[in-house]
Amino acid sequence: MMAGFGPGQRVTVRNDWPETRGPCHIRTPHYLRGETGTVVRHLGDFPNPEDLAFARPAPVLPLYHVRFDLPALWHGEGRAGDEVVVEIFEHWLEPARQEAA
Amino acid sequence: MSIDTTHESQPRAMHDLGGVSRFLCEEVDTEPHALTDFDREVDAIRQILGMKKVMSVDELRRGIEAIPEAEYHALSYYQRWIRAITATLLRKGVITEGELLAALEAG
Amino acid sequence: MSDSQVESDRLLVALRGLLVAKGLTTPAEIAERIRSTDTASPARGAAMVARAWTDPEFRALMLADGTAAAEAMAIPMRGLPPLGVLENTPEVHNLVVCTLCSCYPRAVLGYPPFWFKSAAYRARAVRDPRGLLEEWGTVVPPAVKLRVVDSTADYRWMVLPMRPAGTEGWPAEQLAGLLREGDMIGVTVPTATGPQPA
Repeated sequence: MMAGFGPGQRVTVRNDWPETRGPCHIRTPHYLRGETGTVVRHLGDFPNPEDLAFARPAPVLPLYHVRFDLPALWHGEGRAGDEVVVEIFEHWLEPARQEAA
Repeated sequence: MSIDTTHESQPRAMHDLGGVSRFLCEEVDTEPHALTDFDREVDAIRQILGMKKVMSVDELRRGIEAIPEAEYHALSYYQRWIRAITATLLRKGVITEGELLAALEAG
Repeated sequence: MSDSQVESDRLLVALRGLLVAKGLTTPAEIAERIRSTDTASPARGAAMVARAWTDPEFRALMLADGTAAAEAMAIPMRGLPPLGVLENTPEVHNLVVCTLCSCYPRAVLGYPPFWFKSAAYRARAVRDPRGLLEEWGTVVPPAVKLRVVDSTADYRWMVLPMRPAGTEGWPAEQLAGLLREGDMIGVTVPTATGPQPA
């Protein structure tokens, strides 16, 4: 499958809350919704767990390792430079909007 | 727009625990805990059901996530699993409620 | 025994009976699955790490393709999630967590330990990892970057720790004896004196 994002690209995790719309199974942690990070690499393509959890046919989607600045996730708590790296499926990612300097 | 950048104002699911304030001051029990025979057997049955395509690990997770929050935190790890496995097999019609009740009676 | 355990035991007995009656499994198959699951232990991961410390080609393979490296050591990986290996260096210390459930590199470390599954570990790892590591007496120097890997999806991750100073010339078997499961998740670091009693 063609991966839409490449290493180094800035991406924003969709600020979406399917939890509010009924039964679902989401592998994108709540603390990353709406946050911007950097693609580390494309890890491969995997069936969408959101469908597998309901035994529905599951399209195969690109999965990325995405790096986030840890203090930026938590009001600046934590040591500058520490980071969180998370597996995120492509449909949860958008190209980052222009960021303020 | 919310200014709460720690995400706590959002409707997170109860199993989605990253950074959740309620647990930030809780100590971690770093001691080894031996698994029981019950734990091992539940784990094995889950694996067998997965290998035979009766239910996936994703369905197990979904079943665990559907346990009401108070019970989720009161149940042990593999107690959650047996609950989720049973609920999934009932929902998929692999077993029926009648069969389960009869089996529980026969115990 | 707690009420919830009594109830859970009854449920297990009932469910096992139904699955056997329906021909979906047998007691022998369950027993065999338990036996084979019990053979996976941190000794497997330790053997991989010790070999990586002594064999540069294997180290390169392990970092590029953890599954292939495990298979090269006769660890069964077929049908299991891909294994990714995170390299600790003088600049970076890796810590693995699964904030959503308890994804763990079981093929190379065995069953996940109790602490890895706990709410406290899962909550704290991505927010206050340095405070969390103090529970193990582990101090990551301020000059070293801490990288927390939240294992949320289809990979399983293990840490390749740095080889302790003072172990020059040691054979791989002796090096493997220094390693604990926590070293390969990143909550502890191995030392030349080996695991210390708590």
